[in-house]
Amino acid sequence: MPVNQRPHKTSLISATNLTCIREERLLFDQLSIEVHAGEIVQVEGPNGSGKTSLLRILAGLSQPFEGEVFFNNELIHHAREEFHQNLLYLGHLPGVKGEMNAAENLHFNLALHGTTNDAISIEETLAKVNLTGFEDSLASHLSAGQHRRISLARLYKSVVQEMPTTKIWILDEPFTAIDKQGVHALEQLFKVHIAQGGCVILTTHQDLLTFEASQVKKITLDYAFDENSSVDSSIE
Amino acid sequence: MPISNLSYRAVFLLVLKRDLTIALRHKDDIVNPLLFFVIVVTLFPLGIGPEAQTLSRIAPGIIWVAALLATLLSLDRLFKSDHNDGSLEQMLLSPQPVFILVIAKIFAHWLITGLPLILIAPLLAVLLHLNEQSYGALMLTLLLGTPVLSLLGAIGVALTVGLKKGGVLLSLLVLPLYIPVLIFATSAIDTAALGLPYSGQLAIIAALFFGSLTLAPFAVGAALKVSTN
Repeated sequence: MPVNQRPHKTSLISATNLTCIREERLLFDQLSIEVHAGEIVQVEGPNGSGKTSLLRILAGLSQPFEGEVFFNNELIHHAREEFHQNLLYLGHLPGVKGEMNAAENLHFNLALHGTTNDAISIEETLAKVNLTGFEDSLASHLSAGQHRRISLARLYKSVVQEMPTTKIWILDEPFTAIDKQGVHALEQLFKVHIAQGGCVILTTHQDLLTFEASQVKKITLDYAFDENSSVDSSIE
Repeated sequence: MPISNLSYRAVFLLVLKRDLTIALRHKDDIVNPLLFFVIVVTLFPLGIGPEAQTLSRIAPGIIWVAALLATLLSLDRLFKSDHNDGSLEQMLLSPQPVFILVIAKIFAHWLITGLPLILIAPLLAVLLHLNEQSYGALMLTLLLGTPVLSLLGAIGVALTVGLKKGGVLLSLLVLPLYIPVLIFATSAIDTAALGLPYSGQLAIIAALFFGSLTLAPFAVGAALKVSTN
């Protein structure tokens, strides 16, 4: 259900009948998801319930035991380049090299994903994540929160244009090691992103404070613990 | 569209520059395998004795085996640190072809570890009294052979990168694959010492080089996908 946008016919990213088995444990079974433009989806569940596995499957990093993931109604493996151009996945690990400074890290991450950037825009983007003055510090001298901020800087870069450069944001615990103001700023950023026609799929143990409960679509993963109480998933 | 499609060349140079920057700021990666190479080679005259005839007979084998082991020692850095800090995932999720990313990383690895070996090998050859006629063959086989070591080794690293202790397994996987290069390289150097033409052996090493250059990046890409699964 689209929240503050008119309904779009086709879903940006969808998955059908996903089954995931890890270490001989069934994490979820026959899970179907549809995410449209303008939606924010929060994946919930206790530790070990398969939140990260679900996100990695949606991003195409892991293979599900069963089921398919679609981007614009095309299998993600068939539309790899197009899907990856529209995907911004941030996992547990920030993907920041300790041997490079903040600006070099951001420049590489952006260039790799095909975003044009120059020294000034890099500096501006780093300023948005409160890293002014740290551009030339080697990342190995920065804190865990600052590493996360370097990787989150890509989100800010994605919304500067009218149309988002990357429509699908898949964020695994994006608020880890981020301070309160930072979390608030990120939530505002999510709002801009979904208003521009993007979508956000994230896991977090905190509630999204500035969103109303009805705005956030929730997927609860607790299959491994209780077979009968799965919301938003079709279980056979 | 705000997305700019980088040319393959731009992607290659981007990754190459990044890996070289990291290596230059983390000099252990360059120096340690090289020191290992030098130390292993110098151990042989100490252990076997200084007779020039014996040493020059076994010199090609020593230099090549030491080069294999030094390459093996340096292979881990190819994907391990990228895997541990999450940048490997980001590379696999980029819209760029995995083939280009992989080949840029392997080329950077060869520049960092293979090239210094080639440059220092003639000095060590003097130490081992290598036959004077063999220097050309030694350099040519190293020039064609060390890229093969990096390319084949990359497959092994990509397969073991997800494992906590992949070190021993890596050597068991990779060393057997290095045998053909070793056989033809040492055979070329021995042939050169007799003053005979060694272009046949060189051609086979060149074939191994081009074969692995075209095929190994695909195998590495597939192995990385399995390892990050």
